[in-house]
Amino acid sequence: MEPINWHSFFFLFFALVACGFAVAVTLASNVVKMAFYLVVSLGAVAGLFFLAGADFVGTMQLVIYVGGTMVLLVFGVMLTATDPAVDMKTRAGQWILAALIGGSLLAVLLQAAFSVDDWHHPPVARTAESPHTATKLGLGLLGVRVDRLDETDPTRRSGMSGYLLVFELISVHLLVVLIGAAYMARTKRWMASNAKTQVELKTEN
Amino acid sequence: MAEFLTNYLNPSWPAYLLVALVQCGLMLALVLAVAAVATWAERKVSGRIQDRLGPTRVGGRFGWLQPVADGIKLFTKEDTIPAGADQMFFRLAPYVSFCASFCIFLALPFSNGWVVQHVNVAVFFILAVAGLEVFGVILAGYASGSKWSLFGAMREAAQMVSYEVPLGLAAVVPVMIAGTMDLVAIGNMQAGWIHNWFIFHDPFTFGIFWIYFTCTVASVNRAPFDLAEAESELVAGFMTEYSGFRWAIFFMAEYASMFAVSGLAAILFLGGWNGPLPVASMLGLTPDIHPLAGYLGNLLGACNFLLKCSLGVVAMMWVRWTLPRLRIDQVITTCLKYCLPLAAAMFLGAMLWTYLLPGGIGLRSQPLGLVAEETDVHGGLPQFSRRDSSDLREKRIGRENGTVPFGNTTGRELLRSEGGH
Repeated sequence: MEPINWHSFFFLFFALVACGFAVAVTLASNVVKMAFYLVVSLGAVAGLFFLAGADFVGTMQLVIYVGGTMVLLVFGVMLTATDPAVDMKTRAGQWILAALIGGSLLAVLLQAAFSVDDWHHPPVARTAESPHTATKLGLGLLGVRVDRLDETDPTRRSGMSGYLLVFELISVHLLVVLIGAAYMARTKRWMASNAKTQVELKTEN
Repeated sequence: MAEFLTNYLNPSWPAYLLVALVQCGLMLALVLAVAAVATWAERKVSGRIQDRLGPTRVGGRFGWLQPVADGIKLFTKEDTIPAGADQMFFRLAPYVSFCASFCIFLALPFSNGWVVQHVNVAVFFILAVAGLEVFGVILAGYASGSKWSLFGAMREAAQMVSYEVPLGLAAVVPVMIAGTMDLVAIGNMQAGWIHNWFIFHDPFTFGIFWIYFTCTVASVNRAPFDLAEAESELVAGFMTEYSGFRWAIFFMAEYASMFAVSGLAAILFLGGWNGPLPVASMLGLTPDIHPLAGYLGNLLGACNFLLKCSLGVVAMMWVRWTLPRLRIDQVITTCLKYCLPLAAAMFLGAMLWTYLLPGGIGLRSQPLGLVAEETDVHGGLPQFSRRDSSDLREKRIGRENGTVPFGNTTGRELLRSEGGH
């Protein structure tokens, strides 16, 4: 009997789940169902990352994409909570437009995928071992690109400057935006309540 | 274990399947046992706190067969689904919650190296998966087609999203001190006497432990943060429409995640499987002497760890039956105005402490923190993984064609040398 390669088996399993539920997202007509299918599909992609030994990237996928979609789900629930069976109708024009955009993107992706040289050769059996992606990613953020250290030519060692400053700037910027949004929302409410009390005072006089 | 089995099974492929099934079965058994014991303990603890006896009749003196009676009752209860419910999600929601709680145990080590899957970034993984439990709650609240359920689910969503931030900050502090996110390595760093525990590493870790505890109580949705079920306001919140077995699965998920976050607290702050006294090494139960002795030492460590987890769960029960429920605005205030700034301040303090006093204040037997981090970087790849045995390392280094990332330079030297380009 042919031995089962569990790695390939689970790769196929996760890939099929990811693709199947991705198709289901497009076919579903209920926002909450779509969000749920999207979560399953993205979770299967996280499974693929874990299978490849990239624990850190897989966990990131869970936090950012699956967790983010969950917030989307909350909004979906809030918008459609009056009737759980609410349907969103898609018109024919939207179908055609979406098929055009999606199809062209798929064509680009397929072309890129088949141009990867390694994939034309029969697979080399590699067992999953922990490649310690977290350490490399963290050091890359600081400017130590472990994948480029063996380059002897210093000009080819580009990208060694690190991303920490950029990263910090972006996060501080986001924080400022969030605080600003909260402040604006509060001012509006405060002004509204202030105007209301003034009107009340006038009517009393 | 799988490698061991492949020697004996003729077609070797079932070996991995068998091992996977055994490990999943063990974890499932643990979760079910925890849920059973915890329901009994909850009744007993709440009874004693309220000056009652709690269950006394079923199965002898302490009512210890009460969970079995509860289980039979829940199995035989009618399983109802409201007419206005979304059938598929209503059926699915409890399992989604349970799966998320169960997945935490995949990366949670119970003793030195006793872990289902040795994940390099286990702390991060556990926090990520624990955050997904709210998914089942939102689905349940939506699918029930009841306003009480929906209110409960929305409250839970707001609470979870806000409490993840201080929880993450609190969990980062031990990670920073240890220099790794590997839970097995973090646990092993705290070996020895009680003063090696990270909670006693410096005043800031002692403070942040209590923030961590508060945030975990909120994130597993227990009183005083149980607004999602709030019996006195929302009937039973997201569980209003559930009965029988599905309701039981929600409760199993809750107890499982209580146990899991207590376990994470035990490893991050309370020494993990290393007790207040180094009993295993005192008795000479180390693998250097005999493999069996090492196994016994690990077993002792696992018992120690389970005891710490149970104590954490009991502490959560104690809090639940002592404090009144907070209002939703008080919950968010507690998080954003108290827990978050405190956690940030403690984080800064712990960072300065490890930077200025990398060797601690002379209590620790081995220096940690930045020193440990640098020695990790020094060897090229971090050396904390036990699975990462020398032959594996050699294989990998061979495959990468001798491109060992750092050679003999430390990360800091590299940064300095690269500053010129």
